[in-house]
Amino acid sequence: MVVKVHGTNYASGPRRVFACFYEKEIEFELVPVNLFAGEHKGPEFLKLQPFGVVPVVQDGDFTLYESRAIIRYYSEKYRSQGTELLGHTLEDRGLIEQWLEVEGQNYYPHVYTMVVQLEVHPLIGLPVDDKVVAEHEEKLAKVLDVYEERLSKSKYLAGDFFSLADLAHLPFTDKLVNSIGKGHLIRDRKHVSAWWDTISSRPAWKKVLQL
Amino acid sequence: MENSGVGGVYQYFWGYASESIQLACKYAYPTATAGCTLNEKGIEFEIVPVDLLKGEQKNPEFLKLQPFGVTPVIKEGDYTLYESRAIIRYYAEKYKSQGTDLLGKTLEEKGLVEQWLEVEAQNYNAPAYDLVVNLLFYPKLGIPVNADLVKESEEKLAKVLDVYEERLSKSKYLAGDFFSLADLSHLPFNHYLVNAIGKAYLIKDRKHVSAWWDDISNRPAWKKVLEL
Repeated sequence: MVVKVHGTNYASGPRRVFACFYEKEIEFELVPVNLFAGEHKGPEFLKLQPFGVVPVVQDGDFTLYESRAIIRYYSEKYRSQGTELLGHTLEDRGLIEQWLEVEGQNYYPHVYTMVVQLEVHPLIGLPVDDKVVAEHEEKLAKVLDVYEERLSKSKYLAGDFFSLADLAHLPFTDKLVNSIGKGHLIRDRKHVSAWWDTISSRPAWKKVLQL
Repeated sequence: MENSGVGGVYQYFWGYASESIQLACKYAYPTATAGCTLNEKGIEFEIVPVDLLKGEQKNPEFLKLQPFGVTPVIKEGDYTLYESRAIIRYYAEKYKSQGTDLLGKTLEEKGLVEQWLEVEAQNYNAPAYDLVVNLLFYPKLGIPVNADLVKESEEKLAKVLDVYEERLSKSKYLAGDFFSLADLSHLPFNHYLVNAIGKAYLIKDRKHVSAWWDDISNRPAWKKVLEL
């Protein structure tokens, strides 16, 4: 039975899941949710995902939401196929978890806010608050300085191996570089830039962009 | 535990013990999560105090351990790990066969634990944090309270807790009928809401959230954290 992913091909949470599925060679079906029509806030959808956000997966009887939970679950379930995304040792896994948390707590909130302001607000007729953008750009710059230092010593975030931690950064970094004109944050940092080039040229990610 | 009175800042000043796991702390809340997990697993640890008020978390020495300048960070021999939710996942997995089972029994149960850990991290944490920081820490530090943010955070948290209420009306704990890391990660902030910033009604007004809180906050591993 094919796993159903409720979401869209452009939203970042679902894209995180698609990237993982392609890396793990897991077949899936995208069930479109009309975000602009507010479908994700309707009673039917809320039965699946009570916080009213995408993605949510349905795998037979099993329903799971939160993209970072979904990618962890499937990376473990399909450990023996596709790309290894969880490292080789428990200590590797610990560092992957560390950088997944860094993404979720330090990186994502700032990029998300900037994307909402610079990409979403114009689409829905709301003004862009330059002060908010500047504030979050500054904070993100400091976070990326730490990434620069880390990636000057380590090819990927958790070590010398590609992992879920790097994968988790793909969707929003893509937005940063290709959608909201903030690519300099990545490009101005030598090792972050090289890392971005490496991870974004993975075939699995390219497939996500073609969905 | 040092408690400087009503609305006081919880600061842990633990003495040095011998070897094993060193847990560096600033505020209680994410460190308490890590400490509680180690307690549930029956693992000894030593707290190495980091004085927030003196800004020790921004010292070059500390930044070598944790480059984002926040706590906790653990050091076990050569191995260093930070981010409390990474620390708790690592130890829950490493010591899977001892102490309390914190990850469920099946892969699907673990998936649900991960889901609710992410819900905590993405939906619950931010408004709870803003409430605690404004109502508990800012007065201590002489920083003005952002009343708009407090109101907004409380509204956000109330909506999140409504979803929890619905969930906990069908399930004894968040991930299922078993205690897990997902419940544990809520202990510190719930504790502040109920006991330190006068927002107990957020928990107590919701029948199932309230019962869940009573259950998880009475666990010996959590009580041990509060006694430190």
